[in-house]
Amino acid sequence: MAAVAHEAHGHHDDHGHHEESFVSKYIFSHDHKMIGKQFLMTAVFMGVVAMLLSILFRLQLAWPGESSDFVSFFLGDTWAPDGVMKEDMYLGLVTIHGTIMVFFLLTGGLSGTFSNILIPLQIGARDMASGFLNMLSYWFFLVSSLLMLGSLFVESGPAMAGWTIYPPLSALPQSISGSGTGMTLWLLSMAVFIASSLLGSLNYIVTIINLRTKGMSMTRLPLTIWAFFVTAILGVLSFPVLLSAALLLMMDRLTGTSFFLSDIIIGGEMLSQHGGSPLLFQHLFWFLGHPEVYIVLIPALGLSSEIISTNSRKPIFGYKAMIGSILAIGFLSFIVWAHHMFITGMNPFLGSVFVFTTLLIAIPSAVKVFNYITTLWRGSIVYTPAMLFTIGLVSTFITGGVTGIILADAALDITIHDTYFVVAHFHVVMGLSAVFGMFAGVYHWFPKMFGKMLNTRMGYAHFWITIVAAYGVFFPMHFVGLAGAPRRYYDYSVYETFDSETFALMMDLSVIITIFSILGALGQLIFLFNFFYSIFRGPKAVQNPWRGTTLEWTTPVEHIHGNWPGERPTVYRWPYDYSKPGAEEDFIPQTVPLAEGEEEH
Amino acid sequence: MVSKLVVLAVIVLGVIAVAQLMRVYELSSKLRNKNEAEISNRDNKLNANLMLIFMLFFFGGFIWLMLEYGWTGRGGPASVHGHELDWLLNLNFIIIIAVFFITNGLLFLFAFKYVKKPGVKAFFFPHNNKLEMLWTIVPALVLAVIIILGLKSWNNVTDEASPESIRVELFSKQFDWTARYSGNDNVLGKFDYKLTADNNELAILTTHTIDTAISLMESGPTGIHELENKLNDKTIILIPEERDKMMAELLRKEKLVRLLYQMKGRHDSKLDAQAWDDFIQKDTLYLCKGKEHEFNFRSKDVIHSAYFPNFRAQMNTVPGMTTRFKFTPDKSSVQARIEKNDPKYNFVLLCNKICGGAHYKMKMFVVVLEEKEYNSWLDSKKNETFKDKYFATTSSEETDASQTDEEGVNEQENGLTVAEEQD
Repeated sequence: MAAVAHEAHGHHDDHGHHEESFVSKYIFSHDHKMIGKQFLMTAVFMGVVAMLLSILFRLQLAWPGESSDFVSFFLGDTWAPDGVMKEDMYLGLVTIHGTIMVFFLLTGGLSGTFSNILIPLQIGARDMASGFLNMLSYWFFLVSSLLMLGSLFVESGPAMAGWTIYPPLSALPQSISGSGTGMTLWLLSMAVFIASSLLGSLNYIVTIINLRTKGMSMTRLPLTIWAFFVTAILGVLSFPVLLSAALLLMMDRLTGTSFFLSDIIIGGEMLSQHGGSPLLFQHLFWFLGHPEVYIVLIPALGLSSEIISTNSRKPIFGYKAMIGSILAIGFLSFIVWAHHMFITGMNPFLGSVFVFTTLLIAIPSAVKVFNYITTLWRGSIVYTPAMLFTIGLVSTFITGGVTGIILADAALDITIHDTYFVVAHFHVVMGLSAVFGMFAGVYHWFPKMFGKMLNTRMGYAHFWITIVAAYGVFFPMHFVGLAGAPRRYYDYSVYETFDSETFALMMDLSVIITIFSILGALGQLIFLFNFFYSIFRGPKAVQNPWRGTTLEWTTPVEHIHGNWPGERPTVYRWPYDYSKPGAEEDFIPQTVPLAEGEEEH
Repeated sequence: MVSKLVVLAVIVLGVIAVAQLMRVYELSSKLRNKNEAEISNRDNKLNANLMLIFMLFFFGGFIWLMLEYGWTGRGGPASVHGHELDWLLNLNFIIIIAVFFITNGLLFLFAFKYVKKPGVKAFFFPHNNKLEMLWTIVPALVLAVIIILGLKSWNNVTDEASPESIRVELFSKQFDWTARYSGNDNVLGKFDYKLTADNNELAILTTHTIDTAISLMESGPTGIHELENKLNDKTIILIPEERDKMMAELLRKEKLVRLLYQMKGRHDSKLDAQAWDDFIQKDTLYLCKGKEHEFNFRSKDVIHSAYFPNFRAQMNTVPGMTTRFKFTPDKSSVQARIEKNDPKYNFVLLCNKICGGAHYKMKMFVVVLEEKEYNSWLDSKKNETFKDKYFATTSSEETDASQTDEEGVNEQENGLTVAEEQD
C-alpha cells in the first residue's frame, strides 16, 4: 500500500501541481488538507447547534416556567406551547446537546480535523495512506451529522434518554416519546459515525507507522502526532464495542430480544422479556464511553504541547515523559470504565478495583500538568491567541481534574453521583479542555489551513470572554451539585416542598450560570465572525508565521496535492529545538542537519 | 412575526457593521505595516497582566463561593456513615483545593512573569530526571492515602447489614416510590413481576396471588379467552395491523401464563406467611432513628435511582434485579427541623436517574422517628398488612378509594405526618 502511494506521489514530484475540478477539489476530495477542513466546517456547524440547544435549556433552568420568545422561536408551538418548553423536550435538548458535543464536535471535529491536517504534514508524508478511505470517513461523518440533526425534527421528538441512552428508557417508546423514531435515528446516526471514526482511525495509524519521511523516527515525532496515534488506537479498540451495544439495543427495540430488558411492566403492558440486564448495556457503553473521554482529550493535549513549546520559545519539558504519560493514560483508560457504575447495583468489590485503577490515572495526568508548567518557567512567552487558549486548557485540565479525584472515590461518589457536581467536573475537564485545545489548534494552524491570518485582537477578545464565561458557568455548578441537585431535572421546584434554603441556593446559582452561558455564547460569535471573515478577506499568511520547527511550516503557503513541491524533507533532529544555546535563531527546524559537535537531544 | 423580522434585520446589520470595522482596522494595520503574526510587546504585556488579574478574580470568586455556599450545601449528615463520608469528603477537598491553588497559581504566575521581554532569551531546559521523579512519586503517595481511606469507607458502607436490621423494600415506577415493610417476621415476602395486578401493585408472591394472576391472564377483561374470542369471531372485522397486534399480545400472554403455571407448581405455600404480614406505605417513608435499615430496591419499568441526599445514600433501582443499600439514621426529622430552623423542612428520597418526562417530580418524603414514636406508628399499621388489604380488595372492588382516605386520617390522628407541604 505504502509503496503504491509513494509511486503515485513520485508522479506529482515530476509534474508538480495540477488543476482539479471543483467537485474533486472541494467536495469529493481525497486530499487530507481539504478533508480536514471539511471536518472542521461540519463540526463548527454542529457545535453551534449544540451550543444553541444548551442556551435553550439553560433559560428553562434559570427561569422555569417563564414564557420566552427565544424558546418559542426555536421550538415552536408543538414543543414550547406559550414559550415554555415541554418536559420531554427539555430532556431531548439535553440528550442531543451532549451527543453532539461529545461525538460530533469533540471527536469528529477535534481528532477528525487535526489528525487529517497535521499527520501527513508533520510526519513528512504526501497524503494519508488511503485518500479514498479518508474521503469515505468524512462522508460517513456528514451523513451521521445529518441523521442526528434530522432527529431533532421528527414528530415524536429526538432521543430523550440522556446521551448515555441507558435502556430500558431508551428501549421502550412507551416510557418517553423520544424513544420512538428519535431514538432509532440516534442509533443509526451513531452506527454511521462509528464507521466514519474507524475508517479515519485505521488510516491515521497506518499513515503514522508507514509513511514517515526519512529520519523521522518515532522519538522525533511531534507530541501532536503521538497524541493522534494513541487516540486512533483507542478509537479502533473501543468504538466497535459501542457499535455492538447499539446493535443489541436496536434488536431489543425492533425484534423483541431481551439483551437489556427483563421483567418490565410499562404503560400497563406486561412485557415477556426476561433475563436481560440493563447493567450489561452500561458495561458495553462505558467500555467505549470512558476511552471516549480520552479520545476527546488526548488530541487537545497533543495540540497544546506543540503550541505551548512554540510560543514559550522553549522545548517541551520532559518529551519522553510526555509520550510515556500519553501511553499510560491511553492504557489505563481501558480499565476504568466501571467508575461510572459504582451505584448501579454492580458488585461493590468490583467497584473497589475500579477505584484503584481510576485514581492511578491521576499520576500521568499530574506529570503532564507539571511538565506544561515547567515549560512556561523561564520561557519567553509570546501571546498569540493560540497560546492563550493553551494556558486556558492547562488551567481547566487542572481544575476539572482535581474534582475527578472525588468522583473516582466510590465512597464519595455515593452522594454526588449524577448531581451537578459531575456535570461541572466533566464539562471542565473534558469539555472546556478539549474545546480550548480545539480553539488553540484553529488559531495556530489557521495560516496552514487557509493561507490567511486570523485577526489577533478578536482572538484576544474571544479568549478572555470565553474563559471568564466558562468558569462563570461551571464553577458555581459544583456548588449546585454539592447542595445535592440531581442532573437532568426540568426544574428544581420539588426542593421548595421540603428545603426552601437549598432551593434558594440552587435558583440563585442557576441564574448566575445561565447569564454566564449567554455571555459565553455571544463570545463565540466573535470567533465565528473572525473565522469566516478571515478565510475570505484575512491578510495573507507567511510560510512560517509562528517560527515553528516542525515540518508543516516547510510547505508552501499555497496548498498543493502532495504537500512538498520537490522531494520530501529529511529530518535530522527532534521537533523542540527552541532557544538552543549556540544557535543563532531561537528555533531550529527539524530539517536542519546537526551542526558539527552539536548533540541531538 | 414582525418582532422576528426586526431581530433578523438587527443581526444582519450587526454583522455588516462589524465587517466594515474589520476592514477599516485591517487597512490601518496595513498602513502601519503591522503583521498579524508579529505580536507586539504591548500586546504581550497586556495579556500577561490580564493573566494575573484573571487569576486574582478566579481565586477570589472561588473563595467567595465557598464562603457563601459552603462545600456541602446539602446540610449535615443524618446517618451514621454520613459522618464518616463527610469527613472523608472534607479531607479530599482540602487536598484537591491545595493542589488547585498551587498548580493554577504557578500556571498563571509563570504566564505573567515569563512573558517575552526584548533581549531575554528562553532558558533551554528539555528535561530533568529528578524533577520528573518528584512529581511522579509525590502524587502517587498522596493518591495511595486517598485510595486506602476511600476503600475502607466504601467497604464499610457496602458491607452486609446486620441480621436484626429493619428490612424495607423500595419499589420505583414512573413516577413515584412505594415502600414495603417486612412486618412482624422482619422478612420480606417474595415477588415476581408477572403477579402484578390492581390489588397487588408490588407483585407479591403468595399462593393466592398466583391464582389471581392466572385467572386474570386467562379470563380477565383483556385475557387470553377474550382475545381468542375476538380473533375467532367472524362478525368482528379487524384491520390487519390490529389483528397482528392482538396475535402478538395473545402469544405474549400465552407465554406468560405458562410461566405462571410453572411458578404455581414450584411455589411453596409455607412462604406465604412471609408475605402476608408485609405492609405497604406510600408518599412518606418512616424510619427509626438509631436502627439500621436494609433497603432492597426494585423497579417496575425503567432504571431509577433512590437518592437520599441527607443520609448520604444512593442506589439505582434496576428492572429485573434487586439492589440493596443499608444505613442507620441518626437524626430525627424533628431535630433536623430545629437545627435548620425551618418547620417545613423534611428529609427526602429523590429519583436521580433520568426516567422520563416527570423525572424531576419523583420524590417521597422521609420521616425519621424516635424509637418510641416509630413503634407506635408500627402499631398503627398492624391492621393494614398485605393480607388485610388483599382480601379486602378481592372481596369488594370499591373499597380502594375509601381505604386510602382512612390511611390519611389515621396518620393525622397519630400526629406523625410530614411537615406541611404548602401554606
